[in-house]
Amino acid sequence: MRKSLIAVAAAGLTLSLAACSGGTTPGATSSPSGDVSSPAASAPAGSGTVTIWVDETRVETFNTIGEGFTAATGVTLDVVQKPTGDIKTDFIAQAPTGEGPDLIVGAHDWVGDLQANGVIAPVELGDKVSGFNELAIQGFTYDGQLFGVPYAIENIALVRNNGMVSDTPATFDELIAQGKAVEGAQFPIVIQQGDAGDAYHLYPIQTSFGAPVFKTDASGAYTAELGMGGPEGLAFANYLKKLADEKVVSVSLGGDQAKQAFIDQKTPYMITGPWNIADFEAAGIDVSVLAVPSAGGQPSAPFLGVQGVYLSSQSENALVANQFLDYMASKEAQDKLYELGGRTPALTESADAVDDPILAGFAEAGKEGQPMPALPEMGAVWTFWGSAQVSIITGAAAPEAAWTEMIANIESKF
Amino acid sequence: MSSTSTETPRRVSHARDFTRPGFYVKLVLMMLVNAFGLYGIMASFGQEKWALLAFLAVTLVVVDFVYFSKRAIPAKYLLPGLIFLILFQVYVMANTAYVAFTNYGDGHNDAKGPAITQIMKTADRRVEGTSTFPVTVLDRNGEIAFAIVEDGEPRIGDAETPLESAGNAVVDGERVVEVPGADVLNLGQIQQRQKEVLDLRVSMTDDPNDGWLRTDNATMAFVAKSLLTYDAQADTFTNQDGKVFHADGERGLFVAEDGSTLTPGWKVVVGFENFQRMFTDSRLSGPFMSSLVWTFAFAILSVLTTFALGLILAVVFNDPRVKGRTFYRAMFILPYAFPGFLAALVWRGLLNRDFGFINQVLLGGVDVNWLGDGNLAKLSIILVNLWLGFPYMFLVTTGALQSIPGELTEAAVVDGAGPLRRFFSITLPLLLVSVAPLLISSFAFNFNNFSLIFMLTGGGPNYPGTPAPIGETDILISMVYAIAFEGGNKQYGLAAAMSITIFFVVGLVSWLGFRQTRKLEEIM
Repeated sequence: MRKSLIAVAAAGLTLSLAACSGGTTPGATSSPSGDVSSPAASAPAGSGTVTIWVDETRVETFNTIGEGFTAATGVTLDVVQKPTGDIKTDFIAQAPTGEGPDLIVGAHDWVGDLQANGVIAPVELGDKVSGFNELAIQGFTYDGQLFGVPYAIENIALVRNNGMVSDTPATFDELIAQGKAVEGAQFPIVIQQGDAGDAYHLYPIQTSFGAPVFKTDASGAYTAELGMGGPEGLAFANYLKKLADEKVVSVSLGGDQAKQAFIDQKTPYMITGPWNIADFEAAGIDVSVLAVPSAGGQPSAPFLGVQGVYLSSQSENALVANQFLDYMASKEAQDKLYELGGRTPALTESADAVDDPILAGFAEAGKEGQPMPALPEMGAVWTFWGSAQVSIITGAAAPEAAWTEMIANIESKF
Repeated sequence: MSSTSTETPRRVSHARDFTRPGFYVKLVLMMLVNAFGLYGIMASFGQEKWALLAFLAVTLVVVDFVYFSKRAIPAKYLLPGLIFLILFQVYVMANTAYVAFTNYGDGHNDAKGPAITQIMKTADRRVEGTSTFPVTVLDRNGEIAFAIVEDGEPRIGDAETPLESAGNAVVDGERVVEVPGADVLNLGQIQQRQKEVLDLRVSMTDDPNDGWLRTDNATMAFVAKSLLTYDAQADTFTNQDGKVFHADGERGLFVAEDGSTLTPGWKVVVGFENFQRMFTDSRLSGPFMSSLVWTFAFAILSVLTTFALGLILAVVFNDPRVKGRTFYRAMFILPYAFPGFLAALVWRGLLNRDFGFINQVLLGGVDVNWLGDGNLAKLSIILVNLWLGFPYMFLVTTGALQSIPGELTEAAVVDGAGPLRRFFSITLPLLLVSVAPLLISSFAFNFNNFSLIFMLTGGGPNYPGTPAPIGETDILISMVYAIAFEGGNKQYGLAAAMSITIFFVVGLVSWLGFRQTRKLEEIM
């Protein structure tokens, strides 16, 4: 008897599971709520819910933004937390099934991938576009069209431990010499790499040799032509070998190890982004943020990363979601996002109001910067780029040979 | 355990006897099952998911028949398991097999219909240099209409009629606030009819080249035009320069004469192309073969080393002369108690060349490149897997050793056999009878031991120059992952084809292995 009871219960469970997989239940959160008369929605005339996926670091921020949005429009923002690495992949997989969210928060360089898969909808901000930082808008623009509302810009820079050194020379070679002379320093400077390489953190040095990843056209947008081939790229490859010999970069020095070395005061300098500053300050280190000194003679230009909100092309609730995007473009929302997230706002008006020496330092360092390219092929470019740099750093391949092979590999992807 | 299968016909099942609680329990459970089932059927009807609907309907009928029928006793026990089998095994495998024959992946993410909609949607763009207008959404006799103020003059239009001036409308600043004969919709009403509002295109004039007015958020409207026109009959897109993009059903893309394409494409069945690529693309087939060899080496060595160590320890600690056996046994099981992926991550840190505990402390500051050198990385993987895997082998062999009757060994002693002879002629063969199937399953597990490889080395050190980040320690399954997900764009079709191939390899090896173990059983 007992067994058949379990059997029946299991059958029931099976069916209910199958029923769950059968799609959103009628009247679930993502549908435009027909039953308007909830007493809380008395202030503005609107109601309903939009769902947004955010990563763990931004849940609180967007909960607060959601409150502001509800106060302004009466629409509830349903903030769903997803692991950082899963947002893009899950969104691409789920949007076509109609199970995805209305909006996602992410980096601008997803735009190529998301558009190639047809899961995001263009966003029309109208005249409000002119209020934004041009580079932020350029980051979210793909194929001539805007695909998201940017809210923050970030880039890496040279972070200095003021307790160990107080002035910074103008060239990278001098900086290494200075760092070596510092008492108690194990490394003159750390630049995180790890097993797979990290072209992003080496990019300011690479660009100082005049070898950007892609050439840019007159408007500053990337062309499909590689810029890092040629003698400039090879010069950087040779310089990278020199950095490896000087122990500035090493495969065993990943992000965690580099950060720890800086916190332990084993190095006076680190090339890193604003995300680590809070931990440095918590460790009692007095830091300054500066532009990365040039290694190859030209100004160093880090990649700019722009954070923003994308709209799903499959949203059943596109109008309300667009109203949220409209709200995101307001000074009120951008100010609040700065307060909670501590990144330079993408809206010029809000950015101008920011008064913080650390952020000013990052902004100064990113002055020459370009948004990270967003082409769908970029994933492959990063992979080849990183592994070529790893072969150079470990000495597995001669610098020029590794670099030339990388260029050939990347070109085969286009 | 009452059942109707007994010979005496008078005994009635509890579930059929009105006076017993069993009947009511069954009734309630079956009501729940039917309620959920019917709900699922209705929900899938609403979503127009016909395959799911058919599956649910058939399942529900079968379930009702089985549990209300007096016969079909075995089915009452088997059915739940069967349903789970279909849902979680058969369906998953069939779906993987199907995907292996498609080009599903980045750029081919959805069906053709949504791809066309998306192309049209992204082609419908604001005309550069035109102004935006604060828009008022109206309901005119049930039809949605837009009202804007252009050059100080209110203008209204809807799907049929282009914008025309409406002198009688009341304007407040930049916005129309009241229109006689039409209702101004408030935010809540707009939200309820958002699809109509979003889909509405109001022509600016009678000339289609002037574009149309549309809105995304019902507060601001802009002038837009489409860069592409879709001809449903010819199944082509034409751009403004007259370039025609034809639908290519074999590639799942709209392609023009000059080879340029429109994004996104759609999923199509591509036949054996994925399987072909796996063996003919030299950039893939080279690493594929070396990964295949390493996968076998890894799986076989893992089984042998863990079994050898586990067996030695089990034999040693099976001897009653060893003191503190319980304590040691408990200690040996510890590595088994850690989650494997966590242990692999910890080992990755321990084996770090410059900062790791092993180089720095245990070996006194030597510079051994454990994970960065191909052969050392392979050795590290085998050693870490030995650490992770021997407790399991220790456990099962200890159990099996204790079940070998002591008389056999005693008889051998009487016959004058030495300890080695006794071990190899009696203990080991008897042990293998019960342990061999476990060794085969251990082989199959290690053949696909993705988490260890992924967490410990990530497959590295990478081969220079392959089109995906494939490395010397990549086994087949981690190579599939690298190709499908880490090479920049996701290629589910290719990954599925490779998974199917691996499935056949593992299946074949296991089948051969189990055939061999039957011979061992003859010893008994």
